[in-house]
Amino acid sequence: MRARRTFARWLVALGLLHGIVVFAGFFAPYDPVEQDRKSPYLPPMRFHLVDAHGHLHMRPFVYSLRLREGSFDQYEEDPAQPHPVKLFLRGARYRLLGFLPCQMHFFGAESARIYLLGSDAYGRDQFSRFLVGGQVSLAAGLLGAGLTLLIGLCVGAMAGYYGGWRDNVLMRLAELFLALPWLYLLFALRAFLPLAVGPLEAFFLIIAVIGAVGWARPARLVRGVVLSAKERDFVRAARGFGATNRYLLRRHILPETSSVLLTQAAILIPQYVLAEMALSFLGLGVPEPLPSWGNLLSSLQQYSVLVSYWWMYLPSLIMVPFFLGYLGLASSLQERGEAYKIDRRNLGTLT
Amino acid sequence: MLGHAVDAAPQQESTREELLVLPGEVGRSGGRLVVSLRGEPKTLNPLIAADTRSREVIGVMQADLVHINRTTQLTEPALAKSWKISPDGLEYTLILRQGLRFSDGQPFDADDVLFTFQVCLDEKVHASQRDLLIVGGKPIAVRKVNAHTVVFRLEKTYGVGERLFDGLAILPRHLLEKPYKEGKLGQIGTLATPANQWAGLGPFRLKEYAAGQRLVLERNPYFWKTDAQGNRLPYLDELVFLSVPNADAQVLKFQSGETDVISQLGAENFSVLSRQHSYTMADAGPGLEYNFLFFNLNDAGEKTSPETQRKQRWFREVKFRQAVSATVDREAIVRLVYQGRGVPLWGLVAPGNHRWANEKLAHSPRSLERARELLKEAGFSWSIGPDGESLLQDSDGKPVEFSILTSSSNADRAKMAALIQDDLKQLGMRVQVVPLEFRSLLDRVTQTKEYDACVMGIASYDADPNSDINVWLSSGGTHLWNPSQAHPATSWEAEIDRLIEEQMSARTFGQRKNLYDRAQEILAGYQPMIFLASPDILAGAKNSVGNFHPAVLEPYVFWNVEQIYLKSARENVTR
Repeated sequence: MRARRTFARWLVALGLLHGIVVFAGFFAPYDPVEQDRKSPYLPPMRFHLVDAHGHLHMRPFVYSLRLREGSFDQYEEDPAQPHPVKLFLRGARYRLLGFLPCQMHFFGAESARIYLLGSDAYGRDQFSRFLVGGQVSLAAGLLGAGLTLLIGLCVGAMAGYYGGWRDNVLMRLAELFLALPWLYLLFALRAFLPLAVGPLEAFFLIIAVIGAVGWARPARLVRGVVLSAKERDFVRAARGFGATNRYLLRRHILPETSSVLLTQAAILIPQYVLAEMALSFLGLGVPEPLPSWGNLLSSLQQYSVLVSYWWMYLPSLIMVPFFLGYLGLASSLQERGEAYKIDRRNLGTLT
Repeated sequence: MLGHAVDAAPQQESTREELLVLPGEVGRSGGRLVVSLRGEPKTLNPLIAADTRSREVIGVMQADLVHINRTTQLTEPALAKSWKISPDGLEYTLILRQGLRFSDGQPFDADDVLFTFQVCLDEKVHASQRDLLIVGGKPIAVRKVNAHTVVFRLEKTYGVGERLFDGLAILPRHLLEKPYKEGKLGQIGTLATPANQWAGLGPFRLKEYAAGQRLVLERNPYFWKTDAQGNRLPYLDELVFLSVPNADAQVLKFQSGETDVISQLGAENFSVLSRQHSYTMADAGPGLEYNFLFFNLNDAGEKTSPETQRKQRWFREVKFRQAVSATVDREAIVRLVYQGRGVPLWGLVAPGNHRWANEKLAHSPRSLERARELLKEAGFSWSIGPDGESLLQDSDGKPVEFSILTSSSNADRAKMAALIQDDLKQLGMRVQVVPLEFRSLLDRVTQTKEYDACVMGIASYDADPNSDINVWLSSGGTHLWNPSQAHPATSWEAEIDRLIEEQMSARTFGQRKNLYDRAQEILAGYQPMIFLASPDILAGAKNSVGNFHPAVLEPYVFWNVEQIYLKSARENVTR
């Protein structure tokens, strides 16, 4: 019971986080590729309630920032005019869920831009880039993990169910893949592919590359489950009644692998998000100016950015809850799976 | 390490040494100065050195006959104490300093000069300087009058004049004659050469080399310059070059105190270092590097893919290029890429080059209206995209999409490309930026010619615009938009060729300047290169380094290396 509750809690938390990313266009105040060339490397803005004259405001407000005299990257607040924060206001066009044309944004200010997480070298809003970049990175993680599990399931089921030489070949191949250093394999794979690709092609390329690399572990796990499942009494009985291989696999054996697959998914997704980030960080992912979490961090490769603009680290901090969520989900899934197994074993001895 | 007494001066025997007295602040002798290089120099041999790192190291070990002062950008006597040009402009008579010695103590005379030119002009040696010594299709003829007088005869008058002697290291005949006769000249002068088998006339000589780590040079006791008080230069006892992988590593080494001087700084690192007060940071002003965007205007015939051919129809349209130029936000490039430490650029001769830049060149401000008008005149039109954005299409209704190559190792140019991409989006052009490793980028631009557009930069090594001759001439290898043409592809390229050829033999500065101004105007009109910006030359040194005066010409910091000194002895004891 407790396990189920923590599982649900993790699921809700993750759902919320993903919801924000899915509706990034709404929650992000600005277009993630729009450059504001007057404010490169702007630090995150502060929200105020009391203005320079000591008056209390009902609505939180921000002051716009201006360059300090004679410097390039030192800003100071311009207390002449407070810009109150408004909710639900119209701004840059975007497409909700990828198809609904929309202009409504969750927050913003009418007469100034609000930089919640500061801006980057081109004056683009880091917060908007983080949310929209999350769409790319999380989708790559989810789809990549889906692809891996699909391959893993097919390979594992084939090896476990049919056995013999098929099992041998597939499992040796899997071992080979496990032995390969996957990060370098990713680089090698990506290096073979054309460099000049459009954003969409690049995105699917990354998914294919990431997805094709990690199938070995889930395949071995699935094989183990299939091996034990196919010797179960009810499977033998069904076979005795003349069930076909396909029917047996679909109806009795593959459902047994579901808990393994789910746990694997919860482990693989954050891993693959990281893999996408590694590729993008090194400039092999989705091309600029499109954001992705790896692209967001790639400016940190420059020493001057590293020591001068602390807010460029912030995206890496707010990624933490996402990864934490998936880890929590994976561990509670595992717990639940074990509890479920014990239940069934008890049931088995009863009959 | 205490600085040993100034002047371990060699005893004078027959002739008196004719030393060059340098004006300027008198320094303190002794100490060791450490500086980092991005990567390792490839060779110490001036004949085959092509990379900047080798040139930087060779620059402090060798000397030339006539030298260009890096601050005034004018020629000054060096190994030649004076020179005379015949009235017809074809003969240069150089009087050499007497009593000078190479860094190994062997005497220097006219035979060394003769030998140097013989070697440089020998086709079998493949000397990188050879091209510069061919004037009017014929190599320069050299004649020895006596042990300290040499006459050079040119086939044609040469506008550059005595500047051609700058940077041409005079080689030690006593060391190189034997390998030259054996045909082994290209193989000697590696970094691993024992110190006693290498010599030059520069302020420093080889001491030791640790592969992959450092190159240690020591003071040349025979160096032929003194300061205003008669102290023999250089002041420093040792000069150490450390090899580090990249610019950021250079900054870290400098911040940790391991190096005393840092040059070729990017603007962002410059502002990081400027925040600390223990350094003297110098902004020498805009240098001679020019960054530009160019389109693929090659006519490779059938080898070109149909896709590229289709795009080239736009690129060949002058109004298309002019529209792109009118859209590029040069001010933003200077501000965002160089943090304001640079200047916007409209022509090939960078504004840092005061004598040669064409001031009359139009600095047309950014104007999207003008760009749209130009495109309209050239038959382009706009359609409305799915998100309400306008998309540019050509007269056949095909969308205007192309990619811009940049070098993946150069963050500045990648940033420029990203800004241009955003600028052109406002015209409805869809542009992709493709970062490529520099060598494969060069391969695409000069060999396979499969690309759309490219952002690149070139740093002129001399203020005289003839150093960029291969960019100007249609037959030049760095005439990047269409390199190494057999015949000029367009009439305006032919006209530029004619102007440049003409100025080669023009004799006065005024004539040459007029011709160059005209060539700059043609280039600005046809926009085969869309000039973007020119960065400032930025350098820094510890406060303890004296006579640190970076210049906008290469070598930015070490042009006066013989006068650089360390203000206190204690600074070095810790190392």
